[in-house]
Amino acid sequence: MVAVETYQTVAEAAAGLGEGARYLGGGTIVMRQVNYGDQGFHRIVRAARPERGIGNDVQGLRIGAGTTMADILAHAELSFLHPVAGQIGGPAIRNMATVGGNLFAENPYGDMAAALLALDAQVIMAGGQTHPMERFLADRKHMRGLVEAVSLQRPQPGAFYYRKVSRVKPKGVAVITLAALIRGGEPRVVFGNMAAAPMRAHAAERALGGGVSEASIAAACAVCTEGLSPTDDALASAWYRAEVAPVHLRRMLESGGHS
Amino acid sequence: MAKTPVTFTLNDTEAALFVDPGASLVDVLRRGAGDLTPKQGCAQGTCGACTVLIDGVPHLSCLTLAETVQGRRVDTAGGLADGPALHPLQRAFIDGFAAQCGFCTSGMLMAAKALLDHNANPTRDEVIEAISGNLCRCTGYEPIVDAILSAAAQMRGQPALQQGAL
Amino acid sequence: MSSIEFRKDLFADERDDNLKEIGKPTIRQDILGHVTGRTPYYDDHLFDGLLHMRAVRSPHHHAEIRSIDTAAAETMPGVRRVLTAKDVPHNLNTLLSLINFGRDDEPLCADDKVRYLGETVAWVIADTERQARDAVAKVRVDYSVLPHVLDVEEAIAPGAPVINDIYPNNTFDYHQKYDHQKLRFGDVNAGFAKADHIIEAEYQMSPIEQAPIETCGAIAAPETNDRFVCHTNTQALFFSLGTTAKLLGIASSRLHFIGGTAGGGFGGKVDSIVEPTAVLGAMVTGKPVKFAWDRYEEMQVGAPRGGERWRIKDGVMADGRIVAREFTGFFDSGAYMRLSPYAIIKATGHLPGPYAIPNVASNVYCCITNRTPATAMRGFGITAVDFSIECHMDRVAEAVGMNPVELRILNAYRDGDMKAHRRKAKNTALIECCQVAAGKASWPISADAAAQSSRVGGGTPERVAIPETSVDEDGRIGERRQGRVADTSPSKTPTGRVAAGTHREAVAGAPVQNPDMQIDADRIGHKMGATTSAAAPVAPQAAPPAAGPSAQPAPPQPVAPAEPTPPASPAPYAPAEKFSRGVRRPGSSPFTSGFRRR
Repeated sequence: MVAVETYQTVAEAAAGLGEGARYLGGGTIVMRQVNYGDQGFHRIVRAARPERGIGNDVQGLRIGAGTTMADILAHAELSFLHPVAGQIGGPAIRNMATVGGNLFAENPYGDMAAALLALDAQVIMAGGQTHPMERFLADRKHMRGLVEAVSLQRPQPGAFYYRKVSRVKPKGVAVITLAALIRGGEPRVVFGNMAAAPMRAHAAERALGGGVSEASIAAACAVCTEGLSPTDDALASAWYRAEVAPVHLRRMLESGGHS
Repeated sequence: MAKTPVTFTLNDTEAALFVDPGASLVDVLRRGAGDLTPKQGCAQGTCGACTVLIDGVPHLSCLTLAETVQGRRVDTAGGLADGPALHPLQRAFIDGFAAQCGFCTSGMLMAAKALLDHNANPTRDEVIEAISGNLCRCTGYEPIVDAILSAAAQMRGQPALQQGAL
Repeated sequence: MSSIEFRKDLFADERDDNLKEIGKPTIRQDILGHVTGRTPYYDDHLFDGLLHMRAVRSPHHHAEIRSIDTAAAETMPGVRRVLTAKDVPHNLNTLLSLINFGRDDEPLCADDKVRYLGETVAWVIADTERQARDAVAKVRVDYSVLPHVLDVEEAIAPGAPVINDIYPNNTFDYHQKYDHQKLRFGDVNAGFAKADHIIEAEYQMSPIEQAPIETCGAIAAPETNDRFVCHTNTQALFFSLGTTAKLLGIASSRLHFIGGTAGGGFGGKVDSIVEPTAVLGAMVTGKPVKFAWDRYEEMQVGAPRGGERWRIKDGVMADGRIVAREFTGFFDSGAYMRLSPYAIIKATGHLPGPYAIPNVASNVYCCITNRTPATAMRGFGITAVDFSIECHMDRVAEAVGMNPVELRILNAYRDGDMKAHRRKAKNTALIECCQVAAGKASWPISADAAAQSSRVGGGTPERVAIPETSVDEDGRIGERRQGRVADTSPSKTPTGRVAAGTHREAVAGAPVQNPDMQIDADRIGHKMGATTSAAAPVAPQAAPPAAGPSAQPAPPQPVAPAEPTPPASPAPYAPAEKFSRGVRRPGSSPFTSGFRRR
């Protein structure tokens, strides 16, 4: 059996978490677990007024954890994230699924988390602490507390690259998700579904350190799967993912960044 | 077990129900409110058969915690027709052979309604996008897309699109 | 919607154009219910006090069940009953026992061991679905894991684990004689010897889940007059009813099945598992009980179209004529037989595809593995081998340097040609299909190929003849397991010859059980020529029109379907325990209860 506890704010909900509880955001992850009788929790904790919406803070853009994919698509200022949000689910999913939830989505989901990792976003917890995305994703299973928002710098026009590879048309669940931020001498290249959580391809980043060129793309593709352990699931084998990852990295980098 | 009272508007009618903790909206609509039009196909948000509109916006009722619709408006396929007069989408689905087993139809209709409610003249790609979260296993998507475009044309006051040989 | 063009030049006699409904566009009669959401699917029947039943499932591919501890589950909130194999009155069945085909091999609930991942080992019935799920998690099963096999050829190799003692060789036994279904027509080895090219390839198809949007489910409830009503989305209502009666050991007259509306099926809703389970739940609780698969179960334990592996070897002349074609096929039946043995007979009747090939041989194996049992799906038995054949035709075209469409037209069967299963082909129309397809695809074909017709050139004495056929007795039941059969492909060293022109006697798998089940051509109002009987080895044979009802089984007909060509097999398989169900009354059919039109 499950019990539902509703708090007003995320901070109050965070205080109410504790044993056997799971936080319900948009429902697309947790309600699925409830429907399938997940024995890992027996309390649903939710906030009536989670932070939802897009604003500016000292870091740059601040996106509330309760912001839905549809909210992002309705926000012209976040146009660089539209290719990411627009390819998640159908309209109904996008009206429900939140940015905060996506940070916890397990493979093969989590496209937005991959994009935010590439964008070097910071995760802001309900208590005010912040974690870089990279550390947050590595520790998310053991992370205490609740996510209040994420903050990030708006990328320079054309600096953000994104590609979702799916076997279903017009779109479907990702075989691989790719995202990259090409800025100055420290590019960030991220793969989704190539490890337990979205992960940077450091070898590819080093290859692209001198900028995007035909030669650097080739060099990055040659080493892009180093250190990654692709997912093996019903959508694709680990072997297949490793084989096609360089192909899609090249296509993404050649097709240019989003603005 | 402790139940939670929930009141909401269901297709222009006030619904007041006690729901089990953790119950999904599709379960409460079907077994509590007796509106059997939303169907449960997967209970995990992949098939779209349970699509309903909450405050006019499509949601998956299998992934919606029932008590969160407190005070809100829920529209289902059961409220599409005006008495015996079918909604143009329903008429177009009939004329265009856009249903075979019928199990996905309620969800398809609601996803389509959400589109036409704010976009009277959608492109084919926009229709495809609007139903991209709704799976159909027997009819095939082409007749469904055609039917939605045809309904849109008719709602704009244009003659329904040619439906081929039927 | 595009209309269908009927080529009257090819099918002039097939249909009366003056029928009022058939052949005319019409609005589906059920579509108003669909668009208004009022079509009643099985789960749209509401019952007060509905209980929910969930299965405890095996986490192993193959394991012995040492013990099941249900004590903790039974004390969980809302739990009404926990059931195991011992609660199923007659816990062994095979789906086709309804037509006396195959041996009972599958329990509704595993008792001694589990043979595939997800197999049922117990059930919980509780007040809510969540309570049932919570209690399922509390059932403790002590397994002793056994080695498993997931590949068809590994399964039939000597030393493979025995999955089910009922079929100890991991193959279906065909005609009580062989571990595979044979087809022999002419002499393939002689054909290969004279061919200019030999083209061999292997094709592998994975299992495919039908994935209907509505998962399999049923609601059963006690009804008046000591009956049980069962609302189900089965695709085979009377199949499910008969199976339920047998598994639960009750007369079919106590079952009131209501179906006819399914949210998609595609073959995945014929296996009659949810119905006996739900009725069992209603019997033991006296309450309405729903048993439905969730999406995970539908994908994991819902029987798919089975995987198939085919090897094809063609002997081809330099001009593209295929003079010999040999098949070695493996059906992955999964852990139990269900419909796969029948699908193989269907597949064998289809060989060598729609081509006139004078020498054909085929060995097809129905293999038991530790996979989810396979079942029906849209053309099962045909689609995979057709895919293989057509891929292979392209390879042949490449090997001989021919236009692949012209190669097909050259080898296409034509009206009147003798097929490998010794029936004459009619309404073939493959040539015309190729011509139209080439035209639509703007694929150039020669004037000669464009001028061909399926109605011309077939049925010549040479093409209608049944050739002298070489036969063998390789692959007798059990030999392979003992390592005494080296190869799976048709024999290279035949041991016998059957004279040209020899038809074989058809053996009906199930003798007609009651005179009123005899198909009477006059009664069914459908033209049945001597060569158009649809009888497969398992179907009752059509009686001559004049014979009328007869107390005797139909006499064997002079036709030879996919039955082993070598010396006559003995009497058809007869189960050790004669199976019947329903009301045992003189003159009543054991397949249906109540009144039957005589």
